[in-house]
Amino acid sequence: MNTLVQTLIDGLVIGAFYSLIALGYTMVFGIIKLLNFAHGDLYMLGAFIGYSLLSLVTGNGEGAAGLLGIAVVLLLTMTVVGVIGMGIERIAYRPLLLAPRLSILITAIGVSLILENGSMAIWGAQYQVYPLQLPQTGWSFGGAQLTYTQVAIIAISVLLMAGLQLFVRHSIYGKAMRAIALDQTASSLMGIDVHRVIALTFFIGAALAAGAGVMAGAYYGTINFMMGFIIGLKAFTAAVLGGIGNLPGAMVGGLLLGLIETAGTLVLGGSWKDVVAFSILIVILVCKPTGILGEKVTERM
Amino acid sequence: MGPKTTKLLRLLLLAAAILLPFVSNNYWLDVATLALFYVVLGQGLNIVVGFAGLLDLGYAAFFAVGAYTTGILMTVYGWSFWLTLPVAALLAAGFGVVIGAPTLRLRSDYLAIVTLGFGEIIRILAINLSITGSASGIYGIPRPAIGGYPFSSQKDFYFLMLIIACLVIAAVSRLGRSRIGRAWAYIREDEDAAEAMGIDRVRMKLLAYSIGAIIGSLAGCVFAVKMSAIAPLSFSFMQSIMILLAVVLGGLGSISGVALGAVLVIALPEMLRSAEEWRYLIFGAALILMMIYRPQGLWPAGQEQAADEREAAGDGAKSVPM
Repeated sequence: MNTLVQTLIDGLVIGAFYSLIALGYTMVFGIIKLLNFAHGDLYMLGAFIGYSLLSLVTGNGEGAAGLLGIAVVLLLTMTVVGVIGMGIERIAYRPLLLAPRLSILITAIGVSLILENGSMAIWGAQYQVYPLQLPQTGWSFGGAQLTYTQVAIIAISVLLMAGLQLFVRHSIYGKAMRAIALDQTASSLMGIDVHRVIALTFFIGAALAAGAGVMAGAYYGTINFMMGFIIGLKAFTAAVLGGIGNLPGAMVGGLLLGLIETAGTLVLGGSWKDVVAFSILIVILVCKPTGILGEKVTERM
Repeated sequence: MGPKTTKLLRLLLLAAAILLPFVSNNYWLDVATLALFYVVLGQGLNIVVGFAGLLDLGYAAFFAVGAYTTGILMTVYGWSFWLTLPVAALLAAGFGVVIGAPTLRLRSDYLAIVTLGFGEIIRILAINLSITGSASGIYGIPRPAIGGYPFSSQKDFYFLMLIIACLVIAAVSRLGRSRIGRAWAYIREDEDAAEAMGIDRVRMKLLAYSIGAIIGSLAGCVFAVKMSAIAPLSFSFMQSIMILLAVVLGGLGSISGVALGAVLVIALPEMLRSAEEWRYLIFGAALILMMIYRPQGLWPAGQEQAADEREAAGDGAKSVPM
């Protein structure tokens, strides 16, 4: 029983990370139908920029960063990575929006290579220890542990997701995003600054991934320049699981994938957890490519 | 470039390739052999990405299927090398169909990510299964022999790869000009129109995917006996990306271009030893710049085709029906 509860808790935390990254995938895909391969690397970049800022705040881990310090670092990192995301869109993707699909996919791989190896050149190839000591205390019930850190991660994730949902549903920019997702040309004719809204989408997606990156760095304790590759793939799986292009779908898909994966690790062992996730991806694409919450879409757009 | 010069250039290149082992030292011969592996792999991927327009990000998985099939059959069951080739080809085609059949019906982006996942699954399987020798891989793979002559020296493998590369290039270029090749080009340019014209798009895509898989696995078979030891590290995601880079750099769908791209991808890092840490960074930038400023590649397919057509017209033998 207690292992079951523990699996549920751990799965929820990993699922929250997947959800936050999957949101960026799904937003970008929804608006310009691009599979942004570099998205997982923005999560990695977030973790590293957060690492540098925290080192600055705590003096290389000597002092302790207060709650306020952590909050400031989190917000600052999200902003910086958000701007980087916008820059990537401007330089690498915008010139190719009208080019064949294959070109922009290949460009996205190029961006991913640059982010990974640029980070390696700046921060080094070895694992870096996060300069942050998080409390290991919390509540325990029946042998299962729920730490304050886990509660905080889940709470922040929920807050971010709820904020995004409100923004997209009720703000004028959210309305513009949904309009562009439906018909880019018509939106442009209606006076929507399409490029600006696309840039905003990249900003939000990148910022959410960076937020997940900082929290993951603090939660796991170590970071590496390749940490975004596998998690990017899994977040994509989560987005497809929930129905790509659908925001609540990405959230549900992320949490579900986190739970399935932790359960799979419990049953099959740690070395098979990636196989479990990718097998789910292939099975979903074969059986129900629209995902759980996806609307019915035409096969080719 | 006139048709005569193109032909002459090709002959000169072939002559240079044949003469290379007699003037080069073992180190550069090894580099040249690796470049030939990339030529073969690049042509295989060219069918999938260049001809049919399907982005395959897990191509190294088929390379691994070939290498491991040969490795296991030769070391565990004591098969002859030549008998492992058809088995590897069948297995690769089988994997190609299993992965391709469900996903090729979907949007082409999905194929990219599913092949990426498939590549990772194959790599993780190779690391975790005991029959593939786990993380350390398979070693002591025996050398092949033909009619009592064993392949053992660098030169032997260089010439073996040169012959294979020439055969693959000839096969792929004929395939590209065939009825099937035209169907692929049609699907790549406009899928709906192709379907309206009666082309079975799923079947044709599956064919492209499987033929690409077979070529990749055959290269893997030779790789296994050449290295005599294989490990999961050789079949990582970066391997797939390097092959893709060769295709993109040279020119999608261009036979000569992809051969050139393969040689560049291997030769440039050798020449830029001092910039080794920056290698992948430069490659990433190259991918972006190529797509933005020169999406047709260094040696575009159109130019090549035009030269061939002029050649055909110049011979005055027959017109070229499209």
